[in-house]
Amino acid sequence: MKTLKLGLLRGRMEVKVFMRGRESVVFTLLFPVILLFIFGSVFQNTIAPGVTFSQYFVAGMIASGLVNTGFQQLAITIPMEREFGTLKRLRGRPISVSAYFIGKAYLVTILMILQTALLLGFGAAFFGLDIPTTSGKWITFTWLILLGSACSTVLGIAFSVVPKSGRGASAIVSPIVIILQFFSGVFFVFSELPVWMQQFAALFPLKWLTQGMRSVFLPESFATQEVAGNWELGRTAIILTLWLIIGLIFSIKTFKWSEE
Amino acid sequence: MSTNTKPAIEITGLIKRYGQKAAVDGIDLTVYQGEIFALLGPNGAGKTTTVEILEGFRNLTGGKVSVLDFDPATKGEAGRKWRNKIGIVLQSTTDAADLSVQETVEHFSHYYENPRNVDEVIDEVGLREKAKELARNLSGGQRRRLDVALGIIGSPELLFLDEPTTGFDPEARRAFWDLLNKLRSEGTTIFLTTHYLDEAEALADRVGVITAGKIIEIATPATLGDRGNAPARITWLENDQMQELETSEPTAELKKLSARFNGEIPQLQVIRPNLEDIYLRMIGENR
Repeated sequence: MKTLKLGLLRGRMEVKVFMRGRESVVFTLLFPVILLFIFGSVFQNTIAPGVTFSQYFVAGMIASGLVNTGFQQLAITIPMEREFGTLKRLRGRPISVSAYFIGKAYLVTILMILQTALLLGFGAAFFGLDIPTTSGKWITFTWLILLGSACSTVLGIAFSVVPKSGRGASAIVSPIVIILQFFSGVFFVFSELPVWMQQFAALFPLKWLTQGMRSVFLPESFATQEVAGNWELGRTAIILTLWLIIGLIFSIKTFKWSEE
Repeated sequence: MSTNTKPAIEITGLIKRYGQKAAVDGIDLTVYQGEIFALLGPNGAGKTTTVEILEGFRNLTGGKVSVLDFDPATKGEAGRKWRNKIGIVLQSTTDAADLSVQETVEHFSHYYENPRNVDEVIDEVGLREKAKELARNLSGGQRRRLDVALGIIGSPELLFLDEPTTGFDPEARRAFWDLLNKLRSEGTTIFLTTHYLDEAEALADRVGVITAGKIIEIATPATLGDRGNAPARITWLENDQMQELETSEPTAELKKLSARFNGEIPQLQVIRPNLEDIYLRMIGENR
């Protein structure tokens, strides 16, 4: 009970600190919207009857948003907090590591809601994004967001032990995310990518999140254009759950308060 | 010196090795409740390692430590209950949080069962005028005072301070000493490490000198290094020249001088070795 209370307290504090950091707001929250603007303006072609590239791209960017606000943001900021002694200072206080994790999850949730709302609003206003109307699509959307952000959060915490310094974290984490975005069909139509790229991407959560989001935002008819010939939602749920478990185990086993 | 003889910290045969190198090489030390204890020593002597073992940040290699009747390495709920009674001011913090002084102190106060009043703590560390300022905009000394505020916000029974006044101006240092004396008068036990000998002299009931991982002496500041019996230096003016003599019986020498001058001795000074002289001699001998 105390852990939950302190976790939420930390979460509200983390959101406040995040919003005051101009770089983090621009880099994490606004960058996907900027990308959507650029790609949407450059590629105005239609990739299937009634499907513009920008629609395809919005679905990918919403999925990427889960990776940006969770995995990327945490895997960069936690090593910095470790290097600057924020974590060590916390370690000396009557607060559990779970409360710290809850605070991070709260921050990721708020950021993800804001980012998704921004992308949906921007996409609908300027790039003809169709907002889903059936409850079935909204249910898919909701579980993808919940499972995806949980997965992204624990993987971000788990990966935070990899960068050796706070300053170097961004240089390690950002390329991984960008490469995964290219391989997972965010910037290009997935079915047009080389097969080895598709197969590599299929090992990681982003490809499945992207495909899942397409099932929400693209017409049902587009399913046949997918590599598997359908949306593969069942398989998506299984793979995301597997990654969630892997991330959870690693984040609990490997988390360090300091570099000692 | 406190009359309370209940120990707050007990260290027996403490050893900490990094690989082959012993950073702490067999320390025995007891700190009593209600006293201010200062650990002095050059860089790399093992001060911070010792403190961080007591704070539960590092595991020991050998020996035994007990802090408020508790093993600091204990994890989980019991460890958190213990941390509720401990205040820690780490050696340096460089995180530039985008929170104001007020927000930071307020936030951390919620972690504790029995926090002090937030405004009172801000007043006590002298940050009232900076209360609305973001931590990242504070000067080094102000920043340090915020660290101290976060160390005492939980009403600790025992406060650890690792080189607390680095970067303070003289006025802030005096105000800080007053604060520590006030905390002691309220019953807080204080364990501090410092580079500043005048600080140890002004504050500490007892000091311990550590070098190369070993404690070479524990004493009151007045008696450290046989300071009470160390020779004094007498200087005076005679024949237009400053004269100087070293003696362990300065009173007898003064009587002789006074007789020679028929009363007043011109420009008389009797100089006792200060704590710094004693300390430098001690660590010099043990290098």
